[in-house]
Amino acid sequence: MMLVKEEQDKKKGELSYLNGEIIRVEGLNAWYGKNHVLKDINISINSNCVTAIIGPSGCGKSTFIRCLNRLHELVPDARVEGKVLLDGVNIYDEGIDPTEIRRRIGMVFQKPNPFPNMSVKDNVLAGLKFSGMKDRKKLDEVLRSCLEKAFLWDEVKDKLDLSGASLSGGQQQRLCIARALAVEPEVLLMDEPCSALDPTATAKIEELIISLKREYTVVVVTHNMQQASRVADYTAFMYLGKIIEYDKTTKLFENPREELTERYITGKFG
Amino acid sequence: MKLNEKYLKYFLTAFASFIPFLLALYFIAIGKDSLLAFQKFGISFFLGSTWNPPREIFQVFPEIMGTLVSSAIALLISLPVSIGLAIFLSEFCPRRFSDFLGSIVELLAAVPSVVYGFWGLAVFVPYFLYPVENFLKENLSFIPLLSSNDGITGYNMLSSGVVLAIMIMPIMSSVCRESFLYVPSSLREAAYALGATKSEVIRKAVIGYAKQGIAASVFLGFGRALGETMAVTMIIGNALQFSYSLLMPSQTLASLIANQYAEAIGEIAISSVIAAGFTLLVISFIINFAARIILRRMRLRGSELI
Repeated sequence: MMLVKEEQDKKKGELSYLNGEIIRVEGLNAWYGKNHVLKDINISINSNCVTAIIGPSGCGKSTFIRCLNRLHELVPDARVEGKVLLDGVNIYDEGIDPTEIRRRIGMVFQKPNPFPNMSVKDNVLAGLKFSGMKDRKKLDEVLRSCLEKAFLWDEVKDKLDLSGASLSGGQQQRLCIARALAVEPEVLLMDEPCSALDPTATAKIEELIISLKREYTVVVVTHNMQQASRVADYTAFMYLGKIIEYDKTTKLFENPREELTERYITGKFG
Repeated sequence: MKLNEKYLKYFLTAFASFIPFLLALYFIAIGKDSLLAFQKFGISFFLGSTWNPPREIFQVFPEIMGTLVSSAIALLISLPVSIGLAIFLSEFCPRRFSDFLGSIVELLAAVPSVVYGFWGLAVFVPYFLYPVENFLKENLSFIPLLSSNDGITGYNMLSSGVVLAIMIMPIMSSVCRESFLYVPSSLREAAYALGATKSEVIRKAVIGYAKQGIAASVFLGFGRALGETMAVTMIIGNALQFSYSLLMPSQTLASLIANQYAEAIGEIAISSVIAAGFTLLVISFIINFAARIILRRMRLRGSELI
């Protein structure tokens, strides 16, 4: 176990040293039926960073990250064009298995959605069971390490057999994060992960997001600008399906290039 | 509280308390009339196999078995078909088409049982089931369940189980479909986001969440099959004997009552028919009660907080 972990740390360490791009989006367009929701998105996301996507409701933030793990296409009538390169390979290429992509790019949703019919333990291990893992010892190790990474182990270690729905809202969201981490993704997408939570639970999740970037790349959608400035290294501002501005968080909030961005972050619209 | 609201409350309370009262009345009335038979035959009423009006011996073991076995056959056939149909309607076909097909399936539930019975009697058994059963008999008669000493007619336990399966399929599949549609789409997405394939999403997220609904459909279907009278009477062959073979004519408690009540002469005969009804009532109650316990056990600890 130690050895594996060390190797992983080393691998992640190298990545973090390189801190190069892990996802590159080229000319991405997306539709719901005839509704053109993403218009020519081009962006490059750095590994082992937290990238925040901000913008008013309905600007396409969620749709954008749902295109990154091919979840968008599950909605009836949804359509995507363009390229999303993960480590240089287009995830929309023919012959690419979307389930494989979704394992490499995990996702946490707006409303905590643990499986209520599964125990806390089974929730964390659900993804591994999908991929057919049976090794009891390995599963137990993953269970503990993922719950620890999600700052949840101490709170639930005596409740592992209770339903996932029995936890508090904040705990449920951290359980969902642990569940996403269990399949060892490279990227973690978070779609407004705190919008259903109270301030204390939000603070915990934010702390968690910052700690996660040591090992993972995090892309977080939020409509809370303070949150973006607290957790993100890079921030993209989206408006009406386009990325208006994308820069280091400090730069974007203190000295935005675009007038639209400035008006949004100073609360003149949104 | 306003005065008329108060009266409304009393009125509704009276209505509601009428239900347990009615139930108690069933038990008392039927229990009282069947007392004579229970006193005369004792435990052998349930364990003996003779139903002989001239000699005034009345025992219902074959009918109890017939009731349970025909319902079990119906369930065994109907459950996988119902789940499959419900999965198709909720997961694979577009919502509008699903609603249309779903309402047609529900219409099937409204077909009177005598129509099913007549259709089984005149069409389904002679033209579809009989050839199959004859084939089974010719080739697999070494299995006791499919054995037969002489020719078969098609009017037997297996046929009535199959017809019962068709009769309970609409209600079972529509209960299953409802419970699948009730699964939040956020759970399907959660499973997809973990790299699940469509079949894994269906098995773990959808069926896993809806298994109480599936269990409810099983008990509902089983309950209907237990008490179904008309169609079974028309198809089961009404033989007052116990047979291991599913291809032999048989009898259920409900069909026994339908066949014998009009011809029952004498106190003991009438009491015995009523006692058969009492037995059916008790069986239904036990099944229902067991269903409640099983449903409660299935609930994961803590999930009642949802």
